[in-house]
Formats: sequence, structure tokens, C-alpha cells
Amino acid sequence: MAERTVPVPTTTDEPSREPTRAEESYVAPPVDIYETEHGLVVHADLPGVDPSAIDVRVDRGILTIQGKASHIAPGEPIYREYELSGFFRQFQLPEEIDANRISAELKNGVLTLQLPRAEKAQPRRIEVRTS
Amino acid sequence: MMNWDPFRELEALRQEIDRAFEQAGLGVLPRWRTAFLPGRAARRYPLVNLHDDGTNLYVEALTPGVDPGKFDVTVHGTTLTIAGEKPDLGNVPPERIHRSERAAGRFVRTIDLPAEVDADKVTAQYKNGLLLLTLPRAEAARPRRIAIETS
Repeated sequence: MAERTVPVPTTTDEPSREPTRAEESYVAPPVDIYETEHGLVVHADLPGVDPSAIDVRVDRGILTIQGKASHIAPGEPIYREYELSGFFRQFQLPEEIDANRISAELKNGVLTLQLPRAEKAQPRRIEVRTS
Repeated sequence: MMNWDPFRELEALRQEIDRAFEQAGLGVLPRWRTAFLPGRAARRYPLVNLHDDGTNLYVEALTPGVDPGKFDVTVHGTTLTIAGEKPDLGNVPPERIHRSERAAGRFVRTIDLPAEVDADKVTAQYKNGLLLLTLPRAEAARPRRIAIETS
């Protein structure tokens, strides 16, 4: 699948002002994509993302995977090697994927998406009316 | 008779550069280091965060995609060892793989803890791909407040 990043649409009738909130930082999660006879399978590593904080959507052929990750260790940090904030990645769905039958499962911090191929359109013979 | 194969040379160069970037990876800001790549760099994964609240040490390890039953965590003195295996895709023929950015394989990480812990009371929890170990400090290693006498 081709990677594709779509800019978030902004309304143009609002006066522009500096956002008071700092920009959130996002990291693109690593993915494995492979095909089976049913379609494509996507595995994405999303550590620290709770099932309630994940957002997978398809809009006009763009598949968007978003998630907010949080740490689970209590106490004061002494030594940190990694930080989690958010994950974001978008893909252009190939034509043959049926967007209505996409299923997703989040297990052990890994999101697995099943992207089934659409049933091929049956060839139809078109009757020609003669008058 | 060995011919000079430019592609093999380029492949060797690419692997050298990959290795150099693996090394450099740990010098980069923590925000961008969210990788879990067992099988690519031995003994450097999983990445860990160490916290302390006076009573317990907490180790949070970045280990998505591991079967919680397959972890091998041992504590000995002040040494903590986290080992396990991240499963790979299984028998997917290589020509059907479009992208392969996650890594798989065995990992072993040995961490020196800053204090003695009570190995019998260590608990572990695996949530959303993060492994959280709660290591209670040994009695002798608890921080003690020292009263100052005034005379």
C-alpha cells in the first residue's frame, strides 16, 4: 500500500491565532504488510495504546491509524530510554480492497487489520435495445 | 576465482551503515526512540524506563507483540534480566510481503538496578504491549530519613 499523509482540513473563515496548546508529537508506527488469498493483512506495533485510545478509520480510500499511548509505570523517573506520545500513519488503500469489510484487532500492543479484497465484479452482458 | 561483485560490496556497505545507525539510535532524543527490534541488535532491546517511588522500583519495558507467557524474567541481586521472543510473521512467502518494518526474534536485556530488591516479591504485568515489573526494595535498601539531633 502506498503511504499517504493527508493534511487535516482547516476552516478558513476563522481568524488565525496561535494555538495555546503545544503541538502533539506523533511517531509513525512500524508496520508489516503482507497479502494472503483473501486480501491484505497489516500488523502495526502500537505499544502503550489502550483499546479506548485507538482510532482506525477509512475515508475516501485513505486508511488512518491513530492512537494515543500512555506509560504505565508509577513513581519518579530515574532513567528513561523511550517516550510514548502518539502514533499516526496513513495509507492509500488499493482499489481492490473492500473498505466495508475491514476488521481490526488490538492485542498485546499490536494492531492487526484484515483488509479483504472485494468480490470481483461479475462481467455483465448489456442488452442493446433496438427500436 | 572471485570476481569483484559491486552489489555484494554495496550490500556490505549498507549493512555497515545500518549498524552505525543502530549505534546512533540510542543517542537520539527519547521521543523518537520507540522501536522494539529484537533480532536486529542483540542485548539492546527491549528499551526500558526505570522509576522509583521509595518503596518499589518500577521497570517498564517496551515489548509489543510478545506472548506474555513467553517472557523469561529473572532477578539476581541487583541484576535484572528480561528475555523472550517476539514471533515473526510465520510462513508468509517473501514475495507476498509488501512491507516488513517490525522485527522479530529473541531478545535478552540485562539491567543493573540501583538498589537491592526483594526477589521473592517481584510482580509483573503486561498491558498493551508494555511489560511493567514492580520490584520492592529490600528492607535494608529502603531510604531512611535520618533525624538530626540538636543539642
